[in-house]
Amino acid sequence: MLKIFAAFVKKEVFHILRDTRTLIILFGMPIALVLIFGYTITNEFKGASMAVYDEAKDELSQDLIAHITASGHFELITLSENIEALDAAFKAGDAKIGLVIPAGFEQDFYKEKQTALQLITDATEPNYAATLTNYASQMIRAFQQEKGEVADMPYQIDLEMRMFYNPKLVGAYTFVPGVVALILMLICAMMTSLTIAKEKEMGTMDLLLASPLPPILIILGKVTPYSILSFLSALVVFAMGYFIFEVPILGSLPLLLGLCLLYLFVALALGVLISTKAQSQQTAMIISMFALMLPTMLLSGFIFPIESMPEILQFITKIIPAKYFIIIEKAIMLKGAGLESIWQQTLVLMLMVFVLLMAAWKNFKVIYK
Amino acid sequence: MASIQVDQISKSFGNVQAVNAVSFAVEKGELFGLIGPDGAGKTTLFKMLTSLLIPDSGEAWVEGYHTVKDFKKIRRIIGYMPGKFSLYQDLTVAENLDFFATIFGTTIQENYHLIEDIYVQIEPFRKRRAGKLSGGMKQKLALCCALIHEPKVLFLDEPTTGVDAVSRAEFWEMLGRLKEKGITILVSTPYMDEATLCERIALIQGGNILQIDTPDHITSNYGKPLYAVRSDEFYRLLNELRDQAFALRVEPFGEYLHLTTNDAVSEQDVRDFLQANAHQNIELKPVPASVEDVFLDLM
Repeated sequence: MLKIFAAFVKKEVFHILRDTRTLIILFGMPIALVLIFGYTITNEFKGASMAVYDEAKDELSQDLIAHITASGHFELITLSENIEALDAAFKAGDAKIGLVIPAGFEQDFYKEKQTALQLITDATEPNYAATLTNYASQMIRAFQQEKGEVADMPYQIDLEMRMFYNPKLVGAYTFVPGVVALILMLICAMMTSLTIAKEKEMGTMDLLLASPLPPILIILGKVTPYSILSFLSALVVFAMGYFIFEVPILGSLPLLLGLCLLYLFVALALGVLISTKAQSQQTAMIISMFALMLPTMLLSGFIFPIESMPEILQFITKIIPAKYFIIIEKAIMLKGAGLESIWQQTLVLMLMVFVLLMAAWKNFKVIYK
Repeated sequence: MASIQVDQISKSFGNVQAVNAVSFAVEKGELFGLIGPDGAGKTTLFKMLTSLLIPDSGEAWVEGYHTVKDFKKIRRIIGYMPGKFSLYQDLTVAENLDFFATIFGTTIQENYHLIEDIYVQIEPFRKRRAGKLSGGMKQKLALCCALIHEPKVLFLDEPTTGVDAVSRAEFWEMLGRLKEKGITILVSTPYMDEATLCERIALIQGGNILQIDTPDHITSNYGKPLYAVRSDEFYRLLNELRDQAFALRVEPFGEYLHLTTNDAVSEQDVRDFLQANAHQNIELKPVPASVEDVFLDLM
């Protein structure tokens, strides 16, 4: 039996090595994904273009502008002469953030102890706009405190903010766990369903079924090489995250890898389930795309926070395995958590494996109706 | 009990009745042919006999094993060669054969005597990928893979479709030698000329078996006068003959027309008719029926 299994794995390895497309998906994709997410998709910003309409033109307003631009996060592109010019800068897309300083700014600030500033952002890119206003408000607050020492401020609440687990708000902390979840799902589930569908398409599945091989051995022989390879891919992503983007792994590595395996079983079971339904590689591919890849990217909390989704979508995320796995990954890697704080998610994944395997087994026909 | 026993077996897909209450038996060591056009239900029948498909009704046995209840036992003793080339195209000849030997728990060396005749012909290409072989080579490799575990019954679904004439002849020679080793062979083909190479044949059409007998019996029982006819104006000849009441059937057959008449007219009557219609270079001769004539007649 072991000899047959070995022959199976050997055959599958030949298939993989002789198909460049498979090789690219297996090893090129993880690396490409990490690099793309690492270097292009990020909430950090530098030199955001800023337009200022300074009605006051006094010393304090000059100070404020200098204070904001000195950080390097904002780059002053125009000093508008009137509000229409500011508007034009936004329309042309030159300005991402605008600051309006009212007339008599300095006087109001020191004498009336109350003044107003206006921040305007281009919210066609909402996330970016929110980040910019947050950052600008923080700087204005700091400026106020700085100047406030001179002035006499009767009441004051000092707000001190700390960003736990990711103090520098580094994007890599969220995308590395997300990419691992995506890659395991894609390679494991998609490749498994594709390779089984290929046997059906080529007619070789009939030959295998018409042989004395136990069906479980056929499936195991097909999925084993892919699970090993996708596990290796996950390791590559973790390593790239650790060495290139300095994403820490604070918790236990064996626990992380163990739960990685658990998630991998979910993906495998899904792949086998899809392949029992799909008769051709094309069908398997389309199902994998829509049922696996998109939900894993969009509904897992990988790119969009689940908390801000409409309730119906939040409900759907409950059946997305990647959601639980990403929570587990972040807890172990970034918070150094142990099993005691993620046992619920672990249990859900275990349940998923069980249910999916049952469904796949029920659908896998040894003799077709 | 016969090697293959089929009893009133039926299968439909949606509205299509693929196989309709088919019964036949194949004796041990017999070379039995299923002859019929594409879509006649041959492949469906093969899949039911090789335990891949459950019949809607009726039963079948292979070497005494029931195709549904004892499917595991059947899978140990049969060799199956599907109609479409179904080996791993990206594996070499040797790798394919080795893989199929291993999954049946044997080795190439152990059963080399079974495939030797055939394998020597593809041996020079043992390092070539199966997808890059010619049609005839592919079929030889597929036959090797189906034989490597010493099956008692061979199911060959259209093994010669898409294969050149020389390779087809070679392939049938190989089947003759395998039969001598006592292997029961059920083979299907859409080529009527191959029917005479079987010991017995079943003519199948639209899921129904039209006739089962030896090829000789089938052709000698045709029972109606049959002539091969030709003239310079082939197409006019065809149309004019088809309009005659005495012509039961007129079919183009290579460079001749095959004309089946009723018993009331003689050869001379036909000749007179042709001359009366001013045909030039007339050839007219009685011919024995071929399987194709019988098939077309039964349809």
